[in-house]
Amino acid sequence: MPNENIKPDHKIILQLINPHSSVLDLGCGTGELLHLLAQKKGARVQGIEIDEQAIYKCVAKGLTVTQGDIDSGLAEYNSKSFDYVILNQSLQQVRHVDSVLKDALRVGKKVIVGFPNFAYYKARWQMFFKGTAPVAGALPFQWYETPNLHFLSISDFANYCRVRKINVEQVICIGKDGRVWFFPNLFAQTGIFLISE
Amino acid sequence: MIEEPNDSQKNSVGIVKAEYFTFDGLKLESGEKFGPVTLAYETYGVLDKKKSNAILVLHSLSGDAHAAGAHEGQDNPGWWDAMIGPGKAFDTDKYYVICSNVLGGCKGSTGPSSINPKTNKPYALDFPLISINDMASAQKRLVEHLGIEKLLSVVGGSMGGMQALSWLVRYPEKVRSAIPIATTARHSPQQIAFNEVGRQAIMADPDWRSGNYYGGASPDKGLAVARMIGHITYMSDTSMAEKFGRQKKDSAREFKFTADFEVEGYLRYRGDNFVKRFDANSYLYITKALDNFDISQGRQLADVLQGIKAKVLVIAFKSDWLYPLYQSKEILKACKLSGVEATYCAINSTYGHDAFLLEIDEETHLIGHFLKNLL
Repeated sequence: MPNENIKPDHKIILQLINPHSSVLDLGCGTGELLHLLAQKKGARVQGIEIDEQAIYKCVAKGLTVTQGDIDSGLAEYNSKSFDYVILNQSLQQVRHVDSVLKDALRVGKKVIVGFPNFAYYKARWQMFFKGTAPVAGALPFQWYETPNLHFLSISDFANYCRVRKINVEQVICIGKDGRVWFFPNLFAQTGIFLISE
Repeated sequence: MIEEPNDSQKNSVGIVKAEYFTFDGLKLESGEKFGPVTLAYETYGVLDKKKSNAILVLHSLSGDAHAAGAHEGQDNPGWWDAMIGPGKAFDTDKYYVICSNVLGGCKGSTGPSSINPKTNKPYALDFPLISINDMASAQKRLVEHLGIEKLLSVVGGSMGGMQALSWLVRYPEKVRSAIPIATTARHSPQQIAFNEVGRQAIMADPDWRSGNYYGGASPDKGLAVARMIGHITYMSDTSMAEKFGRQKKDSAREFKFTADFEVEGYLRYRGDNFVKRFDANSYLYITKALDNFDISQGRQLADVLQGIKAKVLVIAFKSDWLYPLYQSKEILKACKLSGVEATYCAINSTYGHDAFLLEIDEETHLIGHFLKNLL
């Protein structure tokens, strides 16, 4: 697979993960990222996904996946049984952020969280000047059809980690052309955090 | 929905024939030695040189060895014909598929209606109580007889799924994967209750005569009622509503309690048909084996699965209220806790428990890819 086809957030996560690690992806969708991790990093991967049709696509890729709701917890996984637990573009869609993150941090030695940045400048622009809920960047949905339940910015999540005493090991902010270094909370579309207990 | 269409109607394994394997006997889970034992079985496809492509298909309560193709001169296809054949989920161009009638059955394998060599009469209730594990023990003898060291997969729905779990737990080194479908690690009180009503119906039939009905009238009424109860539990509220509605039959009323509604007629038809092909004592023995089934034997399920290298694919159906999702999830959870690699999918079906025989496209997709990735 040529590198150009890999989504920018997937590229970052590929770089974050050590080769041959064990990975659990919460809300793994059609298994694109897991497949990449298995192929390019030799990772031992598993996923949880709620959507039945997405599960079929995962199985077609040869992935080990469980149909389930990550909101109902990870009771069946032993503590620290994975090197990484990934919540990519799924944390903002769960009901119980606190308990999902707590469980992810328990099961994974490290956790990677990727989410759309609500404070992206185009989103702010739409809110401020147009007075409409933002449809921009990593937030492509109209208010009435968004699967997102929580709207957070990169600063919000950094504050959250501070309050919850979660160890932030690395923060990578990206736009559509790659990493964003300059005022990321304003110019990045997506925040990716590497965190641990 | 599913991308790949499957030509389940077209590709049949063709004309097949039951074969029989008789061995000296086996030590039952109860400790009792029992023999000789004959198993009726059928095979489809070709065993490869390395004997690495064999899949054991395990049938449910009323099933038999005839899983695919047709018997000479008859046109009734096997019970999982849509799944077994060239290009199907169990692709007979690639895999060697074995299906045997269970120990205790009445379709060619040794069961209560078989002749007891000691008395030259049918065993009837002299037949020992058997378990799901005993069924698997007998199948293991057959698989060994066929020269197979390790099965590519063991797969079955309902009672077949329990046998698959039995194989997985008791002979983990003999299987590369297991596919338990619409099943449970242990029978629940509700499942036992339904079976008990079925058994009571049989035993209340005056023709049952403590099981000694062979050669005379058989307890058809009781067995038919047992089957009717079974059928109710195999369907769902939705599937019944879709199939029958409150539609009334147009036949003239013979008496007050004629089957007025389509659903009544259907159940009677199913019940009456069943007695032609099934032995009442087998029904008693097999349902008892189901009820006694508990693969964890009182231990933690995860402990029982510890160290198993085989891969597992757990399939359940959302409208199955006889073997509800939570039972499949329990299997999945135990796999995860014990480090067994397991995939789980709950198929969105309205067919109820029967879905494992009917949701062919979804099962074909899941099982087809799962098996392919084992090779």
